Amino acid sequence: MASGIKNKVVIAGMGCTKFGERWSCGSDDLMIEAFGEALQDAGIERDRIEAAWLGVFFDEQSTGKSSLPMSMALRLPNIPTSRVENLCATGTEALRGAVYAVAAGACDIALALGVEKLKDTGFGGLPERTKGTFEDLYLPSSTAPGAFAQLAVAYAGKYGFGMPELKRAMAHISCKSHDNASRNPKAHLRNRITEQQVLDAPAISYPLGVLDCCGVSDGAACAIVTTPQIARSLGKRDAVAVQALQLVPSNGVEMGHQSWDGTHTLTTPLAAKRAYAEAGIRNPREEIDLIEVHDCFSITELVLMEDLGLSDIGRAPHDVLDGRYDRDGAIPCQIDGGLKCFGHPIGASGLRMAYEIYQQLLGRAGERQLRGRSGQGPSIGLTQNLGGIPNRNIASVSVFGLLGT
Amino acid sequence: MTGFGSILRCGVHVPRLRLSRACIAEAMGWTAAPARSAPRGARAVCNWDEDTLTLAVEAARTCVAPLAHDAVIDSIMFCSTTAPFADRDDAAVIAAALDFPETLETSNLGASLRAGTGGLVNACRRRGHTLLVAGDARLTRPGSPQELTYGDAAVALLIGPSSPDALATVLGVHSLTSDFVDHYRMAGADFDYALEERWVRDESLMQLIPKAVGALLSAAGLDAGAVKRFLIPTSAGNAKRIAQSCGLAAAAGDSAVLTECGDAGAATALLMLASVFDSAEPGDLTVLVGIGQGVDAVLLRIESAARSGQAMARALSRKRDEPSYLRYLSHRGLIDVDFGMRAERDQRTAHTVAYRKRRAITGFVGGRCGRCAAVQFPLSRVCVNPECRATDTQVAHRLADSLGRVKTFTEDWQAFAPRPPYSYGNVEFAEGGNLLMEFTDVEPGDLAVNDEVRFVFRIKDEDRARGFRRYFWKATKV
Repeated sequence: MASGIKNKVVIAGMGCTKFGERWSCGSDDLMIEAFGEALQDAGIERDRIEAAWLGVFFDEQSTGKSSLPMSMALRLPNIPTSRVENLCATGTEALRGAVYAVAAGACDIALALGVEKLKDTGFGGLPERTKGTFEDLYLPSSTAPGAFAQLAVAYAGKYGFGMPELKRAMAHISCKSHDNASRNPKAHLRNRITEQQVLDAPAISYPLGVLDCCGVSDGAACAIVTTPQIARSLGKRDAVAVQALQLVPSNGVEMGHQSWDGTHTLTTPLAAKRAYAEAGIRNPREEIDLIEVHDCFSITELVLMEDLGLSDIGRAPHDVLDGRYDRDGAIPCQIDGGLKCFGHPIGASGLRMAYEIYQQLLGRAGERQLRGRSGQGPSIGLTQNLGGIPNRNIASVSVFGLLGT
Repeated sequence: MTGFGSILRCGVHVPRLRLSRACIAEAMGWTAAPARSAPRGARAVCNWDEDTLTLAVEAARTCVAPLAHDAVIDSIMFCSTTAPFADRDDAAVIAAALDFPETLETSNLGASLRAGTGGLVNACRRRGHTLLVAGDARLTRPGSPQELTYGDAAVALLIGPSSPDALATVLGVHSLTSDFVDHYRMAGADFDYALEERWVRDESLMQLIPKAVGALLSAAGLDAGAVKRFLIPTSAGNAKRIAQSCGLAAAAGDSAVLTECGDAGAATALLMLASVFDSAEPGDLTVLVGIGQGVDAVLLRIESAARSGQAMARALSRKRDEPSYLRYLSHRGLIDVDFGMRAERDQRTAHTVAYRKRRAITGFVGGRCGRCAAVQFPLSRVCVNPECRATDTQVAHRLADSLGRVKTFTEDWQAFAPRPPYSYGNVEFAEGGNLLMEFTDVEPGDLAVNDEVRFVFRIKDEDRARGFRRYFWKATKV
């Protein structure tokens, strides 16, 4: 039985650009911006990094293929670099590469960098793309909101919610994230909104309106990871350690087999179970201080509360409306604004989630700093990063904690 | 009197959308002197994802549906002046959509509205069983008389050796050819160019048809009085005059086809025959005429017409009013609507893949696991059932004729769709298996979880850069 990743690797430094419509920046500018912050945070020279992973999804619309765009933009010293891509879970996939390399002893210091330049496509929403030569022949040319909207239809049907009732809970989710983002200077969408505004917003894909959807943003985020020993040698007292890093991809059941009911992701509960085991978490509802989940759409965040075991099945709308996941609730969710308002530059998002947990655990989150269960600041944070659509996806669940906790 | 062969089965498909002639007149009436009264009826029009080929496939499915799947059909003959492909065997696409075997013979007839009756004459002279499919969906120039009179539809007839169970027996045929240009359409042109109706009536129809019908009846040794039904694809007024000049007392024409569907070109005469099956009595003698650079006159005896199952009436009863003349124009490519940058997506087809996967894509054939019986689409090497996952156990399983239920759906206003919103969702097949697929012929608010659906062969998308149209199956409400 493998011993898992817990406490074998720590974060030496992180960086994250402001997300948004960065019209004047290219992907190279964004990478340099995030990387500069991380180097400074880690307090190391660029050439101490021994290997690097680049995460980017829409390479056709931004960087081009391979890891060369990163190696060249950052002028890395010819160290091994790889490009990874796992749909919207790409950022976490980059982190996983770097963390595993350090845990394996293959290198002492590694870099994970995620970037996405979405606003060079010329229109709103995500770029158009092919699904491959065979699937283009039969799958609908669906959009992300269209794929996730169906969760709401299936969920309302199965758990006996009227759509107006479910939409009210979904609206609460969006309002909460806007409210949180208003305290985050790096967030894309910082305006406060009302539930009525969400309900009245123009339709995107039934039953989602435009304010049920996350921001389409440019941005980059990165992490420099190392061993606890090296972190100490760098003078880090309170190092944030990776306690779990699990990845669960679909194998086709949701796409082709009738057993999936369309109300939840099949993958996230599995990833959560493995991550809780790896991190040694017995009761996530009691032990986790804050969470960052893949809230690409309001309904996604809602069902993920159940997929992560934080709400009972069929109860998330009530928990949401009760404020359980609000800033002052039992388990604050998307304290940085989430994909909804921090924004969703795809390759960067998983690392952006880790960035917020990292800041919160180190007590550096400024105006939005949480006090945690102890009142002394949060000590355990979780990220859930989802690539793909409910019909087939890659769910990752990571747990971060202060070293030793 | 022995026959040439029999019509054994009949299937009709009329597209669901109906554009009322009043709606056309409201939009385009300004181009002519005010009419005394609003024109009556409606014309059947293709949805954006329908064309002559999809209409033909649906008519053919309706025709062969009651047959046992192993019924032998030796050939498919497709008759149309608006087949989507100028050089690709359209009949072979129909065969593939029906998942018929390679041993089938295919042929295509076109170039004249007489193609439909020409196909019937041809099929009657062949051995074995021929699935004759005739359909047309002709473009009409906005404001033209044709815009009011044409309609889109397809009909399929299974022709085989004489049988007492047949719908009708073909007793005789008489054809004449005359290069009379009542209307024409040059190759590559969008629209017909029509000549003066009175000249056409007097110089062509009134000359040729009595000659052909007379010869037909005298060869059969029949008196004009014996003919109960006289079917001719022209206006009711013309039909009456022509019947009189043939000495026929029979009720002429069939108004339902022309008023409720419109003139569907090469299919019209055969649609009128299908309509007769809805009401005729066994033994009724019927003369069917096809027109186009000559005439085909066909003498039939109705046998057990009731077996057609009211094919025409049922096809006409499935309808939905299209209230937007502009949307109709857009569906037929008659106005160039700006659908935004998402519509610019490259729809290139990898033909190597399309060929390799042709049974899946054109025939809607999935797989059924030989070990656990799980049905799945597409057929895959490893079973999708999480409890099974056996390798190389799947056998072909056609899903086209199955039913399904809506598991999830959405109406997507962001995605490019020629008729927004783009509706799609997860469909669970009655025999198990799940597919994320497009819904068609649904309007916003129509869909609900657990709705029952069936599957129809439709245009998936159009590759404008390379001028190629591709097809797949969509779910539609039962």
